[in-house]
Amino acid sequence: MKNTKPKEKLVSFSIDGKTCEAREGQNLVDAAMENGVFIPSLCYFKHHDPPLGTCRACTCKVNGNYLPACIQKLEEGMAIEVNTEKLKDIRHALVEMMFAEGNHFCPSCEKSGNCDLQHMGYELGVTNIRFPHLFKDRVIDYNPQRMVLENNRCIKCRRCVEEVFTDEGKRVFMYHNRGIDTLVAVDYEQEAQLTEKQAKAAMDLCPTGAIIVRGSSLVEPFGERSFDMESDQKDYNVLFPSKKEQKKMDKKTVATVSLAGCFGCHMSLLDIDEQLLDIVNVVEFNKSPLTDIKEFTKRCDIGIVEGSCCNAENIETLRKFRDNCDILVSVGECAIWGGLPAMRNTIPLGECLEEAYINVETSVKGEWVIPYHEDLPKLLDRVYSCNEIVKIDYFVPGCPPSADHLWKVIRNLLWDEGFSVLYHEFKYD
Amino acid sequence: MPYSLMEFFPHEPKQSKLLNKLREIQYTEGYISKEATQQLATEMELSLVEVEGVISFYHFLHTKPTAKYVIYLNNSMISEIKGYSRIREALERETGTRFGTSDRTNTFALFETPCIGMSDQEPAALVNFYPFTNLNIMKVRNIIQALKDGEDPAVMCDCPDDNIMYLPPEDKTIFFRPYTAGEALAKLEIRTPEDVIEFVKKSNLSGRGGAFFPTWIKWDSCRKQEATPNYIICNADEGEPGTFKDRVLLNREPGSVLEGMIIAGYATGAKFGVIYLRAEYFWLKKKLEDTINEFYSKGLLGKNIKGKKGFDFDIRIQMGAGSYVCGEETALLESMEGKRGEPRTKWYFPVERGYLQKPTIVNNVETFAAVARMIEMGINEYLNRGIPGSPGTKLISLSGDVDNPGIYEIEWGMSIEELLNLAGAADPYFIQVSGPSGESVSMHEKHRKISMRDLMATQDIRCGGSVMVFNKYREIIDILINFSDFFMKESCGICTPCRAGNYIVHKKLEKIKHGIATYSDLNDLHQWCDIMKTTSRCGLGKTACNPPVFAIEKFRDYFEPKLDTTFDGLNHKFDLEESVKEYEKYKS
Repeated sequence: MKNTKPKEKLVSFSIDGKTCEAREGQNLVDAAMENGVFIPSLCYFKHHDPPLGTCRACTCKVNGNYLPACIQKLEEGMAIEVNTEKLKDIRHALVEMMFAEGNHFCPSCEKSGNCDLQHMGYELGVTNIRFPHLFKDRVIDYNPQRMVLENNRCIKCRRCVEEVFTDEGKRVFMYHNRGIDTLVAVDYEQEAQLTEKQAKAAMDLCPTGAIIVRGSSLVEPFGERSFDMESDQKDYNVLFPSKKEQKKMDKKTVATVSLAGCFGCHMSLLDIDEQLLDIVNVVEFNKSPLTDIKEFTKRCDIGIVEGSCCNAENIETLRKFRDNCDILVSVGECAIWGGLPAMRNTIPLGECLEEAYINVETSVKGEWVIPYHEDLPKLLDRVYSCNEIVKIDYFVPGCPPSADHLWKVIRNLLWDEGFSVLYHEFKYD
Repeated sequence: MPYSLMEFFPHEPKQSKLLNKLREIQYTEGYISKEATQQLATEMELSLVEVEGVISFYHFLHTKPTAKYVIYLNNSMISEIKGYSRIREALERETGTRFGTSDRTNTFALFETPCIGMSDQEPAALVNFYPFTNLNIMKVRNIIQALKDGEDPAVMCDCPDDNIMYLPPEDKTIFFRPYTAGEALAKLEIRTPEDVIEFVKKSNLSGRGGAFFPTWIKWDSCRKQEATPNYIICNADEGEPGTFKDRVLLNREPGSVLEGMIIAGYATGAKFGVIYLRAEYFWLKKKLEDTINEFYSKGLLGKNIKGKKGFDFDIRIQMGAGSYVCGEETALLESMEGKRGEPRTKWYFPVERGYLQKPTIVNNVETFAAVARMIEMGINEYLNRGIPGSPGTKLISLSGDVDNPGIYEIEWGMSIEELLNLAGAADPYFIQVSGPSGESVSMHEKHRKISMRDLMATQDIRCGGSVMVFNKYREIIDILINFSDFFMKESCGICTPCRAGNYIVHKKLEKIKHGIATYSDLNDLHQWCDIMKTTSRCGLGKTACNPPVFAIEKFRDYFEPKLDTTFDGLNHKFDLEESVKEYEKYKS
């Protein structure tokens, strides 16, 4: 067990040019942490030898080579780069890839607030995801006695495979299949052998909400969970500086719309309380559910889009917004990547409709009908994010984004007012 | 069991037997039933889910009943240009079966499989793991009829030709010189193990599987390890599409490969050798076994080899079960241990902790053969071939749009142009060197030499063993999609960038094929490939993106007309009609 019993000899090495000191043979993730440098990692476990090295989120540059920090033993004179622009982007991309690969619907997840992946998203400031979401239909296994295995949320870190054993020393979890179809499977017989404590330990071990123990996943209330608390990181440092000459607060025209969404983002917009009075002075709303203006009557400075595209009418509306607004902002998860409406994307449309209108308990036998009329907007085969249809200039994540944050963004876009994204305002659960 | 082929070494743990057992059950029963899985789990003291995990990893293992005759048709790019789709249709028609299923009488089951190492005689298929090559519609009809009549595929199968098309002039061949078993071993009598390593060092020999890691370094560091026993493993999991040199070597001169392994054993003090033979080469197993038995009877294997006291060496064969990534040396070790073939991290190297956590050398078939032949012919003779800085010869499997596909043993230093001329390539356009994980070359680079010299300084190109030639009538995007599909299916799934990345890249390539991609898609693709390359865990993920990257860089002209140039920067193309098609079904 080399990394748990490191030799006591101290070696010096450098991180981003800064000289550091740590024990020889120590794992780089730990050694960096001791020297005050945080290297993100999702699968890393101190006591695991050899380290898992599966998530790759800790990729750094070691002596000129790109390598994950968690599988580096510290040597004398190592030159390590952690926070270069390229490396930050790569790590960002890997976390984005995990979000794109799984079906992560934070608002409906029992682990929200206690989820390492969600936390990593916050820490790195992930706003939108450059990769298309995969929307693969994945197995949810309800068969085990005590657990539910939610493969939609699994990031395949391998922790459970390597760490959860019965008292007899048999594995409880194992990977099945390979490639994109890889999933974690659970052995029902062995799972039944686990004590309650061991089962809960398995749930806590999981960095996401893939392993859920029935009856114990909601014990801790939302809002009081480990990552709901303040982080060391108070803000992400100013991301949007003001221009040198701040523009006069002249009156601007704004349009808003809610496509396939819940109007929650509009509610949040109204949540800015007394500042609403300011808005009236400086903003004129054109086409918007707030004004009930149905068609554009003039060109708008900014268009705020909530919700995703689930039918042909959404597409048409979105295109009109693009044509009539200078700046288009996607607000909230649905607009950004599909959000909750996109839950249907893993299931064929036909199955969704039949489940909703035919197989549902309230449907009368022989009298069911699946709505279709020329006046009804036609449903798309899946839910599309707004930026798949038109170019989106800015993304404001959140479910919904906080009112303060939203207002800051708008002020920045319209009048170049500088602001800093604060950690506690930036939540997408 | 001295003087005869061993199935397993006495000290190997139970789980090492798992893969061979699973393969056997698959072969005799046609599938691995739940009961059989449970029984194996009990026997190996594993949990059921663990054995199921192993089964689901390898694509030749099935958990649902297949049929009496299981047919695997190769779907590699070379097969595709040689008539894959026609053969596919013919097979479905003649057997009355759809691909991916078996017929109602459970006589035939049809599956696709990536390259089966027959690129010189495509289209080719395996019937119960016996090869049938150069397929055409008539041939398919006859084969299926004969099988229906109860003929044995083992009897009626083809003996794939070696197709050795070119040997270096002036009798400079290294691999196909007349071979007498034991000649190289006889030379060891006056040499110490250190001598042998020094010898290999002088020869500049490096990993012929395509990684080109200096062989002597592996051997030397293995020798210096304290832990025992050590293992010598011959990597005959030739999975890189387009490569078939190891097949020919094992078919033509299996003795030279065994002898190379024995020499490695002598040099490092290892006493156990394993040949990891890919499942697709099952038909070569008999020949290998015979050769091993012959070696035992001649005293070239077993105890006190060549009368040298304490020079013991045994060899067994380990069969693969269908997985490209198992050609990666650490994945191969996992597979040998009866696990899923997931590559390990580089926390320990195989020479430190390899098979069963003991020092292990994994070398390619050709590397071992090269060692045996160079010791037999003498180092000076060996250094006499090739070019300075890159001595010796290299086996190249050449396939695609050429008149003479087959094996070319070239002296290092031959240019791509010379090679293409030898092969009779008409209108070559897109040349894939070293398989899909290698480099794509355009005809602007035809002067580049194939060698293992420093790439940066010389602009030479390394070649792991395969050159696929595509002429100007082939669509590059189809080639890229075929390759990408291969990597997507063969990724082991353990690390994020390879598991998800390959899928994402595949989607992007399809977007380009459909003509709705823009310039920014090309840039995205390039950047995403770079992310996969820098962060993947093993060679598969690091190299899977080579073809799109090289293609975008070197064949820009090809892509430009494929892009959607109508994009105004604001509205993306969107096929509304197509996306409401599903809903339109409910129009009453």
